[in-house]
Amino acid sequence: MKAALLGGTKGIGRALARLLAEKGHEVCLLGRDLEDLKRSAQDIQIRGAVGKTVPVAECDLSRPETFGPALERAAAELQGLDWVIVTAAAFATQEKLESDRALTRDLLTTNFANTILFCEEARERLLARGGGTLCVLSSVSGDRARKPVILYGASKAGLSAYLEGLDHKFRSQGLKTITVKPGFVKTGMTSGLTPPPFAGEPEGVAKDILGAIEQGRPLVYTPKMWRLVMLVIRNLPRFVMRRIEF
Amino acid sequence: MPRQETPQLSGWGRIPVPAREIRSEDLRKLTENAVLSRGLGRSYGDSSLPPPGRLEVASTVLADRILAFDEATGSLRAEAGLSLRELLRVFLERNWFPPVSPGTQFVTLGGMVAADVHGKNHHVAGTFGTHVDEVLIRVADGRIVRSSPTEESDLFWATVGGMGLTGHILEVEFRMKRVPTPWIVEERERFSDLDALIEGLKRSAKEWPFTVGWLDGMARGRSLGRGVLSRGRWAEPGEAPTSLPPPLFRFTVPFEFPNWALNKWTIRAFNDAIYHAHVWNRRRVVHPESFWYPLDKILEWNRIYGRRGFTQYQCVVPDSAGHAAARRFLEALMGAGGADSFLCVIKDCSAEGNGLLSFPKPGISIAIDLAVHAGTQGIVDRLNEAVIREGGRIYLAKDSFTRAEHFRAMEPRLEQWSAVRRQWDPELRFRSAQSVRVLGDPA
Repeated sequence: MKAALLGGTKGIGRALARLLAEKGHEVCLLGRDLEDLKRSAQDIQIRGAVGKTVPVAECDLSRPETFGPALERAAAELQGLDWVIVTAAAFATQEKLESDRALTRDLLTTNFANTILFCEEARERLLARGGGTLCVLSSVSGDRARKPVILYGASKAGLSAYLEGLDHKFRSQGLKTITVKPGFVKTGMTSGLTPPPFAGEPEGVAKDILGAIEQGRPLVYTPKMWRLVMLVIRNLPRFVMRRIEF
Repeated sequence: MPRQETPQLSGWGRIPVPAREIRSEDLRKLTENAVLSRGLGRSYGDSSLPPPGRLEVASTVLADRILAFDEATGSLRAEAGLSLRELLRVFLERNWFPPVSPGTQFVTLGGMVAADVHGKNHHVAGTFGTHVDEVLIRVADGRIVRSSPTEESDLFWATVGGMGLTGHILEVEFRMKRVPTPWIVEERERFSDLDALIEGLKRSAKEWPFTVGWLDGMARGRSLGRGVLSRGRWAEPGEAPTSLPPPLFRFTVPFEFPNWALNKWTIRAFNDAIYHAHVWNRRRVVHPESFWYPLDKILEWNRIYGRRGFTQYQCVVPDSAGHAAARRFLEALMGAGGADSFLCVIKDCSAEGNGLLSFPKPGISIAIDLAVHAGTQGIVDRLNEAVIREGGRIYLAKDSFTRAEHFRAMEPRLEQWSAVRRQWDPELRFRSAQSVRVLGDPA
């Protein structure tokens, strides 16, 4: 398949880009740092033994005007577009966000408004091509408000709601929307946080994501244990949530 | 989920200090203010731990991109955090293998350069550093410097084997080797004492590219140094399976064993079992991972030593005057009561590399695992005195207990290395817990 991947230079996206190439899919990397994109493109090309250069396109989640052209570029480079995948997002600890309003605005804008604007561009283009798959990383933190991830979780809760709606409305027209809800994954994003039980590795998470895309499953928790964990957390009464610190 | 306790970090020997890793894909940024880089933490002692008073080390493991590969020459360039395991996963099925491999695949390229690792082919291939063409290093004044045997070569040879103390290794370029198949032809032969075992190693070295000996650390008297020799080469297409080596099942030691689990009776039983299982010489085609990395099949095997932790003592003693030095060392080991080890490895080393602190030199290398207890410092001291008498040296990547005066006595090149280091890092910004202990760096 032909896939445009926003966020493929780091963390889960990096693992997913490698997996896609190793499985023989064609990938175009989207991101804001062209130099860094090229280094990742080399890595993917060598690992996947891809004959030709892996294409890249500049796309910055903080600049919506880059979204359309980046997707056009990807479709042109790949000569088609079947999957659009978003693994990029902003993260900061609740503590830091509470004391920095500008950071809060940036995080909410990036993770909610701009990610949705990017998805809208992708939706339009995939529908125009007769369908495809839009796969976006949300988070388990959007499932239930928790003290350490109030703002980050709120941005992801909104994103999850949007993605679910998209899938309800457009699946019959051939556009599958896949919401990925990773639990704690050991990446650069979570560096400095103490991993809880059931923390995942990016490689395992990438496998789960590719599995979901191939099967067209609208919602995937990864590592899988987080489906159960969140089932419990979603059902905890308020008086418990007020007391616990996670 | 915030937790309040002080974070702890340790080497493979599980003797922790207060410290934590900071991680990022962006090594350049990550290393800007870091005192030390750390890869997969497989050095046994305190090589990858920060000096007292500093809490953070820069973990390179997320910086694992392959940046260039030339099919014609095998030249490969990658970020320092790329693991050997990942390298093999990608390249072994394409019939490429690194020029030198240590006994575990859970190491990073940066770590392989910093420790200037050696392997079963040391007698023909030398150390890993011999095959490195360029290293990109962040040096103490903040600059990022390309360094190679021809460009800033003093920095290069101080970095190869320099335990990360000359700067942060960001990228490594080296030459991979083509192999005929990914399978190994291995022969094993049993020898009833040390002289025979060393003779066996030397004889095999003439015809076999890979040799190593396992030695029964519990055998005394006439059987002193009895063991099993393993020698191997890459299988040719005609003699190997046409399939790729399948992924091996890995067993994880699920919890920390109690301290008494490894004692001289269980170790003796284990050693006897290995020795007596090799009555006949065997030749067979084996899985590359079971040949190169037999211990990697058991994940977290360091837990079997229990809470007390353990160390490895590895030294090389010259054998210009025959095998007497190796025998005297083993006797010193028995005398010190330190050989209750189920992992004794013996290997003949060839010429010294160009790395100014590189470990191997011509002679016999012996490595022994030791559970840590109150007497361990005394044992290591006695072993070091024996090694100094023989004109040998120890391997920093394994060390947790060597004293500064002992290290100075066994390392005539130290002054030369220190001079280069001071030229690039006059204020000694780059330090480790080990450099404070062994080199006398300020804490």
